[in-house]
Amino acid sequence: MELNAKIPQGPLKDKWSFYKDHARLVNPANRKKMDVIVVGTGLAGSAAAASLAEMGYNVKSFCFQDSARRAHSVAAQGGVNAAKNYKNDGDSVYRMFYDTIKGGDFRSREANVYRLAECSAQLIDQAVAQGVPFGREYGGYLNNRSFGGVQVSRTFYARGQTGQQLLLGAYQALMRQAAAKTVTLYTRHEMLDLVIADGKARGIIVRNLDTGEIERHSAHTVILATGGFGKIYYLSTLAMGCNASAIWRAHKKGAFMACPSWTQVHPTSLPQSGDYQSKLTLMSESLRNDGRIWVPLQTAEKRKPNDIPEDERDYYLERRYPAFGNLAPRDISSRAAKERIDAGFGVGPQLNAVYLDFSKAIKEQGKEKIKEKYGNLFDMYRKITATDAYTEPMMISPAAHFSMGGLWVDYELMTTIPGLFALGEANFADHGANRLGANSLLQACVDGYFIAPYTISNYLAGEINSKRLPTDGQEFVDAEVQVRAHLGKLLAINGTKTADHYHKILGKLLYDYCGLSRSKKGLMYAIHEIKQLREDFYQHLKVPGTDDEMNGELEKAGRISDYLEVAELMCQDALTREESCGAHFREEYQTPEGEALRNDEQFCFVSAWKWQGADKEELLVREPLHFENVELTVRSYK
Amino acid sequence: MKIYLKIWRQSDAGSPGQLVSYELDQVIPHMSFLEMMDTLNEQLILNGDRPVEFDHDCREGICGQCGMMINGRAHGPIPHLTTCQLHMREFKDGDTIYVEPFRGAAFPVKRDLRVDRSAFDRIIMAGGFVSVNTGQAPEANGIPITHEQAESAFDSAACIGCGACVATCKNSSAALFTSAKIAHLAKLPQGKMESGKRVLSMVAQMDIEAFGHCSNTEACEVECPQHISVLNIARMNWEYTLSRILKK
Repeated sequence: MELNAKIPQGPLKDKWSFYKDHARLVNPANRKKMDVIVVGTGLAGSAAAASLAEMGYNVKSFCFQDSARRAHSVAAQGGVNAAKNYKNDGDSVYRMFYDTIKGGDFRSREANVYRLAECSAQLIDQAVAQGVPFGREYGGYLNNRSFGGVQVSRTFYARGQTGQQLLLGAYQALMRQAAAKTVTLYTRHEMLDLVIADGKARGIIVRNLDTGEIERHSAHTVILATGGFGKIYYLSTLAMGCNASAIWRAHKKGAFMACPSWTQVHPTSLPQSGDYQSKLTLMSESLRNDGRIWVPLQTAEKRKPNDIPEDERDYYLERRYPAFGNLAPRDISSRAAKERIDAGFGVGPQLNAVYLDFSKAIKEQGKEKIKEKYGNLFDMYRKITATDAYTEPMMISPAAHFSMGGLWVDYELMTTIPGLFALGEANFADHGANRLGANSLLQACVDGYFIAPYTISNYLAGEINSKRLPTDGQEFVDAEVQVRAHLGKLLAINGTKTADHYHKILGKLLYDYCGLSRSKKGLMYAIHEIKQLREDFYQHLKVPGTDDEMNGELEKAGRISDYLEVAELMCQDALTREESCGAHFREEYQTPEGEALRNDEQFCFVSAWKWQGADKEELLVREPLHFENVELTVRSYK
Repeated sequence: MKIYLKIWRQSDAGSPGQLVSYELDQVIPHMSFLEMMDTLNEQLILNGDRPVEFDHDCREGICGQCGMMINGRAHGPIPHLTTCQLHMREFKDGDTIYVEPFRGAAFPVKRDLRVDRSAFDRIIMAGGFVSVNTGQAPEANGIPITHEQAESAFDSAACIGCGACVATCKNSSAALFTSAKIAHLAKLPQGKMESGKRVLSMVAQMDIEAFGHCSNTEACEVECPQHISVLNIARMNWEYTLSRILKK
């Protein structure tokens, strides 16, 4: 089987223009006859829904939260990248493209990444026009900060709430369309299945989370912008509700999953403090601009951090990566932290953290300046830990964060199911094996505002003669029967263990065997354990209540039933990739210095997985990656 | 720590609710309040009881989804904090904690501690946006905005829409929420143009929903997790008056 990424012809810098010039259009009179379903109201979903509605399509927008403003895009703190070169420091579209491709360890498509960089400048324009209050210099012009993995300042920010402010811009654009009745909003609705008719995505089955009612919705195209599934690790930086269910159920209907094991583990999260803990709070990577990371030179260090003299501290990022220092990319920083912690140099009550120290920056710039840059992060740190980071170093630790993997999409962001698109973190596209900081907000926005309007129209132009699919057709009936059967199955077990019980065990397995470092032995063990856990789940799970009412536990159980399948595929994916690249570090494949060892001869491809049915191994389909504009080099930040 | 809880249980909007007592042993001071609630729910499920429904998502104080009245205060005893950021170290061993849903006629209870805050969405729908389509935007640095102006707009824009301002207000007024959006957009050249129309429309929507009037007690500002200032309400009133005068 061959995967066609549909990369447009021509030189790299002209591909997107060529596509836009030749994409098919839908006449405005026809647009209002066409229905578009968008699942998810984060940046990608809201941006796509609002933009398509502005064009005149009928949009139905779904989210599981109680308002479209609450999706987890809000939590991105540090910023959004754009190649504006406002700092006159040598930035350009090509340089941003190169940084992103290199940051992803040469495991993404050149054409996609170039388009991301190309559209970045336009996004800043759009956000400013919407009223996003980005940080500005005293002269009134937009300010930038630098971020991990690059040597220019191209990150735009709105204090420590860039995601929240960008999402409010997109949410407001969406609400404007809701007021104009071009968008119908369905909050507190969770997608439980995809409906396919004549081989094309034509609708979804959703559950109203307030009433338990199952609903059928039909459309001419379905867009999934349902975010990442890092919450599969249980302890993660994600929101409690983040899940893989929408993309996984689409996967089981024929959409390939690409590189599902590539999960970014963020270096600057707060460490775990106990078993009761439900999430790990992220501290923005932007802190690494001014904070220095260190551990004591001695193991079992008992002194308080401020009592440890300078020459007894190991600034291990500055030591190992002098060129990038504390701004080394996330995968490298997280792995370096794990290396120190595993070697016994960890700090904090559980010896699972490293210090992030601002004393030098405060001495040089003054407390006020640091407060202005990171005030809300320091406040947040104090609220959670009751520690003042202005006087004592923060304690941080790596945590599961971002899914580079997701539904396989072509250049048009269409999955292997015609008419089904995946946007933002839900897809695998631009970030390769490691995402650079401040590129996630960018990708979500660019997918939603600037790519989907062209590619969705191009698809819908071929659908103008297809009638609205009635929701009483067999396809809908069958899908609903399936959904109800699964809910019934979960409720009928009536065992003795809660959904969270399984989630915590699964998360621990993934952290240990499919996290920052992986090995053949560990992955095979994990696959075995996951299968057993899944069996146990269907024997001993307990879900209280019924399916025709509000039932938070039933929602959780459904998501975890999917996670138990996703986890196995993640391990399978990690097992078959016998190389180290980006966030995927196989212990068997490393340089003598402990750096990732890529194998471009054998593994320069995207792994796309095809569901073959329950209890059957998934089929691996390879999409080879071709590099015509960059040379594959060893990714060095030394 | 041992904690005694009195939690509001209500099966749906149409049914009467009541406070139900629970006891929790082995509460750890480092637990967040919501993790304490998770622990309680785990116990309830294993005992065959229905767990307490409550809103929450990001658990890092930014999504605005969590919110309950804790001992009569929106988001609990610490000012400027969301419920998810509250930790059990703020309570003492043997404390009795009253947990109720956010109050306000415009926030009807859906179940237990979950309330319907869609009235906020409808207020934003009434004009809480800049009327710009994708693709229309000019170059971002085309209109300089002073640092102070941008920072001030940010202060207003920081609202997370949790509804604590309404829940804590004796009139259940949504003035702080509504005014924050009006002020955010009025402070920026991009949003200023529509300000007159926006303020009339959003205030009208606020009145249609079952929110009360603002009587300047400033209780909202005390609880707001984002320190949204009541000066925003003054700005809203100024914009409102200005718009009415200019119309007449």
